[in-house]
Amino acid sequence: MHYRTVFDIPRDELLAPGHGLCGGCVAGTIVRLLLKVAGPNTIVVNPTGCVEVSTTTFPYTSWRVPYIHVAFENAAAVASGIEASIKVLQKKNVIDPSKKINIIVIGGDGGTADIGFQALSGMLERGHKVMYVLYDNEAYMNTGIQRSGTTPLFAWTTTTPIGKVLKGKIQVKKPVAEIVAAHRVPYVATANPAYFLDMMNKFKRGLDVDGPSFIHVIQPCTTGWRYDPRIGIKIARLATETAMWINWELDHGEFRVTVTVPKRKHVRHYIRVQGRFNHLTDEDIETIQKYVDKEVERINKLVGKEVIGPVVE
Amino acid sequence: MENSIWKRIPLNSNYAAAYGAKDSDVDVVAAYPITPQTPAVEKIADFISNGELNAEMIHVESEHSAMSACIGAAAVGARTFTATSAQGLELMHELLHIASGLRLPIVMAVASRALSAPLSIWGDYSDVINIRDTSWIILIASTAQEVYDSIIQAYKIAEDPDVLLPVVVAYDGFMMSHTYELVYVAKNPEIFRDYIPKKVNWTILNVEKPITMGAVANPDWYYEFKYQQVLAMKRSYSVIKNSAKEFEKRYGRSYDTVEVYNNGGKIAVLTYGGLFGTVVEAIDYMNKQGTQITGIKLRLFRPFPLQEIRKVIEDLKMLIVIDRAISFGAPIEGTVAMEISALLHRESIDIPIYSYIASIGQRTTTEEDIIGIVKDAVKLFESGKRISESIYWGVRE
Repeated sequence: MHYRTVFDIPRDELLAPGHGLCGGCVAGTIVRLLLKVAGPNTIVVNPTGCVEVSTTTFPYTSWRVPYIHVAFENAAAVASGIEASIKVLQKKNVIDPSKKINIIVIGGDGGTADIGFQALSGMLERGHKVMYVLYDNEAYMNTGIQRSGTTPLFAWTTTTPIGKVLKGKIQVKKPVAEIVAAHRVPYVATANPAYFLDMMNKFKRGLDVDGPSFIHVIQPCTTGWRYDPRIGIKIARLATETAMWINWELDHGEFRVTVTVPKRKHVRHYIRVQGRFNHLTDEDIETIQKYVDKEVERINKLVGKEVIGPVVE
Repeated sequence: MENSIWKRIPLNSNYAAAYGAKDSDVDVVAAYPITPQTPAVEKIADFISNGELNAEMIHVESEHSAMSACIGAAAVGARTFTATSAQGLELMHELLHIASGLRLPIVMAVASRALSAPLSIWGDYSDVINIRDTSWIILIASTAQEVYDSIIQAYKIAEDPDVLLPVVVAYDGFMMSHTYELVYVAKNPEIFRDYIPKKVNWTILNVEKPITMGAVANPDWYYEFKYQQVLAMKRSYSVIKNSAKEFEKRYGRSYDTVEVYNNGGKIAVLTYGGLFGTVVEAIDYMNKQGTQITGIKLRLFRPFPLQEIRKVIEDLKMLIVIDRAISFGAPIEGTVAMEISALLHRESIDIPIYSYIASIGQRTTTEEDIIGIVKDAVKLFESGKRISESIYWGVRE
């Protein structure tokens, strides 16, 4: 079954209300919808990060499914151990072999693309049946907005400050999903909570495939991106409307853009609503626009037709 | 012992550890190769590929992931095993604290080895001594037989509901890990099933009864979690002793936390690991020459066996402790010597201790070295010298 409308979404709430995420945090939205797709037969592994610290303060927990946090850089290895363990215990009939148990990692960009990348690569190469969901808020938000490998070009963070010589991050965003795809795993996708049905269908597909899957979700962060907490989803939508973020999937080698954008908006619409880009000149924004144009060209070439259209103002 | 339940085969300590894991019927093994541990995991891979062991082997990409995978596996109820050495143990150090903090009964073999830099693949106990504050129970074996038996006992200890702490079984890199001894192993590992029944006594992740593991504990709770570990470590002492007693009753081989050779001499040499065998040889020689020396083997490093040590040393004239690791900048750089000094002070026992450091980076330490150490210490003792610093035996200054 596919999620076609909001009425298809299960009503069960497996992420309990009362967590400590920032008001307007989109990570909460992503996790809540993810657990609706996964259901109760799920074990969640969560590396250190925003979601972890704000949902598990003893003696409280927001998790209505079994949940484990071990450390920052090893969620994929912990999940590997859980998967191997369930496999052998089902073989030995200690755990009911007819029961399908989803194993899901929910990790931030630091715990996934930087410090946790080695463990992730190992898990992918070994082929554990684990779905890894990356909520990417493009910096170390939990420790107070430090640059990560997925922070975009020119963005302000507390470790890429706006000074007289340097202004924001000088490198481009690490293409994590594509690096994961290079591991030839069955299913890799990028998703955006503004297109929540698309995102949920990708979660579902990721849980269905036989082997590792990876869903890279963009997650606007009110605190780190410096915007009014009410407009998180609007910013997420602008990311796709400007092609700063393209929703695609790679299903057993078949590449598809799942949210086509016939007419693109200029990247300034995405950039100008975020305080982290306040210092950018029109020239800087044009540099980013040119970078995005090239990306769009590359993606269209990959698909073999124009799925992302030109900038039309 | 030559009865029908055992077969006697030549094994090095790595293989003995692998046989111990197999005969404990482990479910999950996650390990990464490192010298001198590697043959242990190679052997386990053989057991699994031959169908002698029904387990999942996770070929992780690092020791950090090895311990992480063991934590994940134990968290859903599997009996887990890993093995490592030196740099590998250091790489998993962070997870050692987490494994014990989550109260998961993981068992790990450590073929002990010197720490880099400079790089040394050779045996000493720098790695093992370094993990003393991680809340793991640490057993140090001195024969391959003891390695095999200790791995099996380790599951008995770790999984005891009064303990639920992970256990290390350490042995000398190379001097034990790569030398062969005749070892009695079970013809049929079923003989251990009643001794270490598969019963999950710890809290696990179960979709029928969801719990949160690895929560955040703020200043209002963290302290209590750590104190629970303190109590578990204290309780483990009698469990360790009882596990050895029950093992002896069932299988005939006896072990204690501290073992004594040639009891009665007023001068004693205390050490740990395979070097104890050299000490025993040296003692035999010295006894023939007319000097009565007692050998004391420390088999349990954590929890530190205070009562047992007290019992064996309180009537001594002097005690020589040979440490195989250096605690740089410590009041006494031999860790075991320092801990015994603290014990003596606490119990108001006045026995001179002579702390020697030897076999660092596997610098050859023979029976002659042990005899030399004893002579050196006796000379110091007879001249009335009390030494507060460790003596570096055989080093070129």
